[in-house]
Amino acid sequence: MSEKVGVYICHCGTNIAKTVDVEDVAVWAGDQPDVEIARDYKFMCSSLGQDLIEEDIKEKGLTRVVVAACSPHMHEKTFRTACERGGLNPFLFEMVNVREHNSWTTDDREAATKKAKALVNGAVERVIYHQELEMMPLEINPNTLVVGGGIAGISASLELADAGYHVYLVEREPSIGGHMAQLDKTFPTLDCSACILTPRMVEVGQHPNITLLTWSEVENVEGYLGNFTVTVRKKARYINEEHCTGCGICIEKCPFKVTDDVFEAGLSTRKVIYRPFPQAVPKYPVIDTENCVYFLRGKCKACQIFCPTEPNSIDFEQQDEFLNIDVGNIILATGYDLFDVSKIPQYGYGRLANVFTSLEFERLVNAAGPTSGNIVLRDMETPPDKVAIVHCVGSRDENYHKYCSKVCCMYSLKFAHLVHERLPDAEVYNCYIDMRTPGKGYEEFYNRLLEEGTHFIRGKVADITDSARTDEEEGKLIVQVNDTLIDKQRRIPVDMVILSPAMEARYDSRKITQLFRMGCDFDGFFVERHPKLDPVATMTEGIYIAGACQGPKDIPDSVSQGAAAAARVAGLIARGTVYIEPVRASIIEEQCSGCRICNNLCPYNAIIFNEDKEVSEIITALCQGCGTCVAACPSAAITGAHFTNDQLMSQIEGILWDVGKGLESIKKVESVAEIGD
Amino acid sequence: MKQYALYPGCSLEKIAQSYRVSAIETSRAMGVELKEIDDWNCCGATAYFHVDELLSYTLVARNLAIAEKENLDFVAPCSACYKNAYFTKKYLNQDPELAEHINYALEEDNLHFTGNIAVKHLIEVFVQDLGVEQIRDKVSNPLEGLRVAPYYGCQIVRPRKDHEDVEEPQFFEDLISAMGAEPVDYPNKVRCCGGSLIITSRVAALSLVRVLLQSAVDSNAMVIATACPLCQVNLECYQEQVNQEFGTEYSIPILYFTQILGLSLGIPAKRLGIGTELVSTKEVLTYAQKKENDL
Repeated sequence: MSEKVGVYICHCGTNIAKTVDVEDVAVWAGDQPDVEIARDYKFMCSSLGQDLIEEDIKEKGLTRVVVAACSPHMHEKTFRTACERGGLNPFLFEMVNVREHNSWTTDDREAATKKAKALVNGAVERVIYHQELEMMPLEINPNTLVVGGGIAGISASLELADAGYHVYLVEREPSIGGHMAQLDKTFPTLDCSACILTPRMVEVGQHPNITLLTWSEVENVEGYLGNFTVTVRKKARYINEEHCTGCGICIEKCPFKVTDDVFEAGLSTRKVIYRPFPQAVPKYPVIDTENCVYFLRGKCKACQIFCPTEPNSIDFEQQDEFLNIDVGNIILATGYDLFDVSKIPQYGYGRLANVFTSLEFERLVNAAGPTSGNIVLRDMETPPDKVAIVHCVGSRDENYHKYCSKVCCMYSLKFAHLVHERLPDAEVYNCYIDMRTPGKGYEEFYNRLLEEGTHFIRGKVADITDSARTDEEEGKLIVQVNDTLIDKQRRIPVDMVILSPAMEARYDSRKITQLFRMGCDFDGFFVERHPKLDPVATMTEGIYIAGACQGPKDIPDSVSQGAAAAARVAGLIARGTVYIEPVRASIIEEQCSGCRICNNLCPYNAIIFNEDKEVSEIITALCQGCGTCVAACPSAAITGAHFTNDQLMSQIEGILWDVGKGLESIKKVESVAEIGD
Repeated sequence: MKQYALYPGCSLEKIAQSYRVSAIETSRAMGVELKEIDDWNCCGATAYFHVDELLSYTLVARNLAIAEKENLDFVAPCSACYKNAYFTKKYLNQDPELAEHINYALEEDNLHFTGNIAVKHLIEVFVQDLGVEQIRDKVSNPLEGLRVAPYYGCQIVRPRKDHEDVEEPQFFEDLISAMGAEPVDYPNKVRCCGGSLIITSRVAALSLVRVLLQSAVDSNAMVIATACPLCQVNLECYQEQVNQEFGTEYSIPILYFTQILGLSLGIPAKRLGIGTELVSTKEVLTYAQKKENDL
């Protein structure tokens, strides 16, 4: 076999050239068999760099191209297109990553140069076996699934629906709205959270392009970009939505109350048949079967007796429904949980009555909350004289979460402001580690609080106790904190403590990543494709993320991400057909023994058994090119396009070029081991 | 009968004799034998580790090595002895070179430290090895109505990051409940008692003791239970000085947990060393005798 390979080594300014002797690599590569031309160039990705490839193909008759530069994630497409312009099939190209995988990982110039040679040689050996391939067209189903009905999911859904595309919005709670529905004011502008959220919720509820599935959860996901089939469990509400007018008489007549641990954060009660809050969307109530006397003891039915609709809307026989939905793309906006503050026992939550969480305080201070917005202690009547707000509870803390939760400083400042506003005589202490207010208008808000007379204490709170040492401390909660600005231990007696807990990944976020076959980081937050340039896509094609499920985020950021994810999806839908890599497995019929090992292994159910021929067959439309079957086949009868055995074996041989030669000389073996290290 | 190597430490020789006798009595009643380590030496206390670390480790390693000879777990009733032994074993296990260095010295005594026995505080023998359930089964004289403040002190749990409940432990409360008594919510239960500061900075230490006493009074405790001779001394023997210094009138009895446990197991007060306190324990004893009177 005789191919004419062109090898191009990029300096990437100094990114690569600083550590790799690119000129040496180019000269060395030029001496290798089959290499027609080897060049090094300052920026291969520049137009001039691309022109170089194009011209060499035309003038020197190159039949294969290798570029050693950055990650294929960055520029593989650029160089494939350059090959195509030069008249070469874009798959007769191979990219070598000598930046992320080499120059950025070491300062050892000699070792890095050796590794670059090995990688380039591997690519040269591999590219010789490349075959001409064509991109595969893929139809995109124009429907989209959005998981999570918080502000990020609402924002994504409305953007797509307004663009004319159908959206299925799945929410596991009885209403959309998410955490934002529980908040009172939003920083830094102090507009009422409900006032800005509920119009968007109503829009979702009434939008002809949105199918709203609340009290529902995704059970199963199959398929791939453009063609997902999702199974959604629509949990029984015990309400017939066709007949229910949402009049609320059933709620009024229900004789049983339970503590509302979800929406009211345990500060108030709700009926057993309930709507989480008055502006809930949809308006239909839901029966809490764990506490409903009818479900527990078979008696009551008050809701059904008093339901005024004809026919009756209460249906005790309702069962969970399973819906199969076909969509082209999926946006995950599953939100966050709050850190469980009782994990830090020295802060006394649960033991000391007047230690509150931020969410409890949001409800207290909310005009629609249990106290109609009056800030009171746990006895629900006494207003506090002194309030301490503790930042960074469970965040920026090695024992819990190392990361900064980003929003806590701002909402803690907002709390301080609200206390000043409602209780002008109250003293407010904000105990912070560092004040982090990066955002439009955020620092100005902090300055405003400084002027409002909030006491700012820089130090991590060590302890909150009710054990008094002085008369002044008697009957108070004492916040023990090291004030690092004056280097003194302080004991601050207060009536109320508000803990600002970390935002953390949903308790079941790892389960969700398995369901949708994508990744999460150590803390359980979903991982984006690129932290800067592709923040809402994931490594799984067709799955996008938005909002706090990706990391702590405030409302403006969540809304932006929702819209950004929608724009990415809308782009795909508008194209209708996308072209994807033709990386697919195929079975060499003559070599297949019909053992069927591959049939059950395939995660996409893309392999069937042909009973007549007694061989397995791959349905190309379903195959995702994962390679599982290729590796598993005991007869080596399955091959993956662009990942053939010939290609991989020759690449390995190429990388180990000096091992073969150096078996006589131990020194060379060691040098390869070094590179491997 | 399960055996442990008892490391009494200097306190239990003299000032904390009542801790010693009650520890031995209650252990025996629970089917445990505390076998005193032969020819033990000082644990280094709080001071020596700041003077010469190597020699301090060697001191402690010698005690551990003696216990290892009998292959019995090492038990210290004193929190300071316990802490020193616990960390010495931990550090020497992590640093084989240091262990080898120290073993070179121990060779003189025909001893060798390997770090293969567990180091336990006496209270751990009861709450972990025996277990609260087993104690509850053995309690013949439940101290119903006796409100006990569980005072852990600082050295049992707080320095130990490898234990989970360092900030808000519960095992002492569980033990008191098993005795039939009522553990009170005692927010300062892991705060410092002043330790040996009482010698160098008397008033500072007394003010720490005062906080502990006041907090016990506030929670209506009838007795404070301790698990360390130094805590016991500071809370009991200096109670009068606190009263003189701050004009308070504390008169709250302090007893070792083993003494209260002994009462609940039906062991006569005298055999538990009760009766020699500076603060009267008469009221506490009425709860133990209630049952005898009833019969």
